[in-house]
Amino acid sequence: MTLFLEQVLNGLQFGTMLFLMAAGLTLVFGVMGLINLAHGSLYMVGAFAAAAAAAATGNFLLAIVAALAAAALAGAIVEIVVLRRLYRRDHLDQVLATFALILIFSEGVRWIFGSFPLYLDVPRALAGAVHVGPLSYPLYRLAIIVVGIAVAVGLWLLINRTRLGVQIRAGEADREMIAALGIDIARLYTVVFALGAALAGLAGALIGPIQSVQVGMGEPVLIMAFVVVVIGGIGSIRGALVGAILVGVTDTLGRFLLPIVLGGFMDQASAMSVGSALASMSIYILMAVILVWRPTGLMGAH
Amino acid sequence: MSRETILNVAILAGLLAVALGAWASGEPFVVQLATRAAILGMAGVGLNLALGYGGLVSFGHAAFFGIGGYAAGILASAAQNYEPLMTWPVELPGTTSMPIIWLTAVIAAGLIALPIGALSLRTGGVHFIMITLAFAQMIYYFAISWPAYGGEDGLSIYVRNSLGTLDTMSPLTFFLIAFALLLLVLGLVLVATRSRFGLALAMARQNPLRLTSMGVRPFNVRLTAFVLSAMAVALAGALYADLNRFVSPTMLSWHLSGELIVFVILGGVGRPCGPLIGACIYVLLEQWLGGLTDYWQFPLGVILLLVVLFARGGVIGLVTGRNANA
Repeated sequence: MTLFLEQVLNGLQFGTMLFLMAAGLTLVFGVMGLINLAHGSLYMVGAFAAAAAAAATGNFLLAIVAALAAAALAGAIVEIVVLRRLYRRDHLDQVLATFALILIFSEGVRWIFGSFPLYLDVPRALAGAVHVGPLSYPLYRLAIIVVGIAVAVGLWLLINRTRLGVQIRAGEADREMIAALGIDIARLYTVVFALGAALAGLAGALIGPIQSVQVGMGEPVLIMAFVVVVIGGIGSIRGALVGAILVGVTDTLGRFLLPIVLGGFMDQASAMSVGSALASMSIYILMAVILVWRPTGLMGAH
Repeated sequence: MSRETILNVAILAGLLAVALGAWASGEPFVVQLATRAAILGMAGVGLNLALGYGGLVSFGHAAFFGIGGYAAGILASAAQNYEPLMTWPVELPGTTSMPIIWLTAVIAAGLIALPIGALSLRTGGVHFIMITLAFAQMIYYFAISWPAYGGEDGLSIYVRNSLGTLDTMSPLTFFLIAFALLLLVLGLVLVATRSRFGLALAMARQNPLRLTSMGVRPFNVRLTAFVLSAMAVALAGALYADLNRFVSPTMLSWHLSGELIVFVILGGVGRPCGPLIGACIYVLLEQWLGGLTDYWQFPLGVILLLVVLFARGGVIGLVTGRNANA
């Protein structure tokens, strides 16, 4: 039972990571209508910036700041130099251009940092575990969940309670109209893109101490984030939150429970292999089921 | 003849000439490269049916490429190890006969593309891109975690499969097999796009409402195009496995889906030979840049970016100076 609870928490932690990724993706799509495959590269940039800053200063907070700054800066540059030319193009051009950006980012990072994975240490203040009754759980992972919740609340406040949020919502609804009202739409787009990039960078920095930091780390997460966005409904941040938790918990529990359940009626070795094969497919099956039921996602418009 | 037709004939003749010339001057590696370009070009031509003519931006066609590859790998390894392919409900032996492998690859991909297409086509636009990608990933992870056929390590084919009495291990013979199939696929795509079906597909892309009012359901037309395109890509995948004598989940990876799209866009969307030109350029770039630097994907990315930003219509568009489907 405690193992099960631990897995649920792991699922939640994974879900909040996915939310950080999916929020930026869905925001950029909702406001600019851009499909950005290079979002995973910004996650990687954040992780590498954090690893480099942590190695130089030994301070985890500085590492997080470096990750946010590096990812936001990279995002803003990419938006200004490349992506703003693509908003009016069809999705095919956007897919190809951002695919090219992935090649550039991955190879560029490999150039600078080499092919060997880097490691980030868990900050000392967050090392160790929390004990609740029989359950003990790493403090750092709990902290990730808390950060995820804080970001979700912060985004909600930003979008619903601030001037920038009003502009973002207006930009989703009618870009000509808000341009006519005297809002610098090019700058708004850059800010939104940098915000999404910073969230991806934050996710990359937070995951650093759990996984290794290496080139190509963004791609599996990117695809999971796509699944989240499709499940939640494109353009909806609330949908991204629900979708991320759903995907995170399904994936983690699937890996944990499926081999056990299958072990009930087949031998241990094949239960393990069939279970892990099914578990790695589970979120895609979840997505297919949700799409049959609601083609625009759980919280998608119409 | 239009300039595009002349260009199409020239590129096909050129590819053949390169392979024959390289073989005559004792450069089997170049023949191998030409074969690679022909096979990847075939996959691109197949994808173009859905992407270019049908406007269906599938980001998951690597799934079908890999299914073709695994069909070749599984059938061949069963035959080479003298193990039956399955024992239940009927005992089926493996085979090393290319035609049977091709047929299996094409049918398997068609059967899998049918539900994937039917589900994905419930949506459109960006949803479609992401969902096809997700389905391909599902198959990718399945291949990685299913240990029976090599899992992450892939599956080797010790000897290239057989076609009649031909010596398929000879690079030139294998090139000619691939080239003949490329011509076949190109011919079929041309016939399909000029048929009633092709016209309906173009209309489904340009004006689905109008197609509906003519009494044709766009969904059916699109699904047909999706499945046909998957089958063509699977044929290329089976050949690709034979070329390398190796299948691995890399053939299913989303990187490959991206590369297939790159071939189509590089050459020119919705042009019969566009993807072939794109694949040839890609193979050349890969070879040339790979010789210059270890970090060859960096300049490749920059070149692709410049093509998207400044050379719309791809190479054929640049040469003929006309928009596709004009």
